[in-house]
Amino acid sequence: MQKLRLLTDKLMSKLMLVFTIASVSLVFIIGAGLYYKSIPVLQNSTWGKLLTSSIWKPLKGLFGFYPFIMGTLWVTAIAIIIALPLCILTSLYIVEYAHARIRKILIPFVNLLSGIPPVIFGVWGVLFIIPLIQDHIAPHFVEFSTGYSVLAGGIVLAVMIFPLIVSIVNEVLRTLPQELKDASLALGATKWETIKKVILRKALPGIIAATVLAISRAFGETIAVLMVCGNNAVVPHSVFDPGYPLPALIANNYGDMMSIPLYDSALMFAALLLFIIILLFNIISRVILTRLERRMAA
Amino acid sequence: MRLRKLEELFFKFLMVLATIVVSGSFFLIVGTVFYKGAPYMTWDMLTKTPGGGFYIGKEGGILNAIIGSMYIAGGATVLGLIISIPVAIYINMYMDGKKFLSNTLRMVFDVLFGIPSIVYGAFGFLIMVYFGLRASLLGGIIAVTLLVIPILVRTLDEVIRTVPLELRDAALSLGSTRWETAKVVLRAIKPGIITAILLSFGRAIGDVAAVLFTAGFSDNIPTSLHEPAATLPLAIFFQLGSPVEEVQGRGYASALILTIVVLIITLLSELLLKKLYKK
Repeated sequence: MQKLRLLTDKLMSKLMLVFTIASVSLVFIIGAGLYYKSIPVLQNSTWGKLLTSSIWKPLKGLFGFYPFIMGTLWVTAIAIIIALPLCILTSLYIVEYAHARIRKILIPFVNLLSGIPPVIFGVWGVLFIIPLIQDHIAPHFVEFSTGYSVLAGGIVLAVMIFPLIVSIVNEVLRTLPQELKDASLALGATKWETIKKVILRKALPGIIAATVLAISRAFGETIAVLMVCGNNAVVPHSVFDPGYPLPALIANNYGDMMSIPLYDSALMFAALLLFIIILLFNIISRVILTRLERRMAA
Repeated sequence: MRLRKLEELFFKFLMVLATIVVSGSFFLIVGTVFYKGAPYMTWDMLTKTPGGGFYIGKEGGILNAIIGSMYIAGGATVLGLIISIPVAIYINMYMDGKKFLSNTLRMVFDVLFGIPSIVYGAFGFLIMVYFGLRASLLGGIIAVTLLVIPILVRTLDEVIRTVPLELRDAALSLGSTRWETAKVVLRAIKPGIITAILLSFGRAIGDVAAVLFTAGFSDNIPTSLHEPAATLPLAIFFQLGSPVEEVQGRGYASALILTIVVLIITLLSELLLKKLYKK
């Protein structure tokens, strides 16, 4: 009996170890699998050429990812420019100003927003943002726009990353020592001066980590962006131009990819590209955040 | 002096404005979907599969997609739990004294959580090609399982950490093995496990990019793991792309259905979490 119990314990321990190793090595397996599938297109071309060429002619075996990379960068940049100031101000209000009762009402809404599926953001983009841009924003700046543009993608993405940035910045602000704020206030600084000169400065690493994480989220978002960006394989020159981000490229062409040689390899290369960038960004922000946590704990 | 007061007021105004925009966007999105979708909501939408000519505006509903999504989200959550519970227990209870290692593992799962679903979809597709599988319910479940494992592990991990150490110590000091102690802990975190299930299910049911390559699409309700399965988000996406007004409208109604399902799931998990942390 005793032996059986110890044996069960040993067996379970080994089993759990196997599960843990298997799920953790998923990172490496995904990377290796995608790289393996990208080899044909890499042999046909070089990393440099794939990344900097603008010619996208799958039927001729020409795969230039430059327009797609630029499309991704445009929508991500627009999303961050819109979301970051809004989210920092919101977090400051929630943590520093709002009454506990209001805080209790506000935070669940931010969480609810994070639960909404990407496709619903896409539907909202099509129904609300596109007409808004087409009829009310674009006419002030350009002669004609269908509304399907990198701006639309950027706005939808911005709303999608609100909850992520707000929740991290909230967490960072909340862990700042009260003494710091008190010292500044005691010296006669107003609340805003304290925020500007003490809180924001102290919270900067956390805000950077949140931003990096938000960038990586925006990079990989697929369906919502696909629905509102216009998907035109040219480099956008203004916010009202259509764009064609990398994830949208992968999602849109899965149907044809098996029928054209090298096409599947090229799309897997696109996925590999996303994977590498997002992996790096995620690691950077997680390292910053864990360091912060440790410093706060100490 | 007045300038300082003015600055203070100005920024406070900006903060309130930003807060209204950020929390208001939730109402804007849900409101838009309700406003556009509600007129097209019919009982048929929920109870019928697409009839002939459904995609040019004739009769039918999206029962195929509703059931397909339930199968995939449910299957992935069950499979994910089977893998995640042992992992969360291992990280918390079998790695005593290896703080660095366990924290590194936590970080790996955070990083996995950050990997977008399109990459999981592409990778799932690779697995399927490797094993010679076609787009099917099984393929969808595999891809979505990979997607929800990090969510489940991190949620369970957080929950297990709320269990008072005394409980474990008491079990261990009575002579239980680590595995027997783990069973005690698992019993203590039952509500936490339900929260994890809800979170995973909510994420799984709303995801498109992972099932796009792997689950395919079908107008029928799948009867075996090897048949392609429709999913709600994909049904929304396809219907919205149609030039027929009636079909687009049904797309909005489908979006409304998905929104309601996901909102209920999120609310439930919020409530459970609140209850859990109060204890």
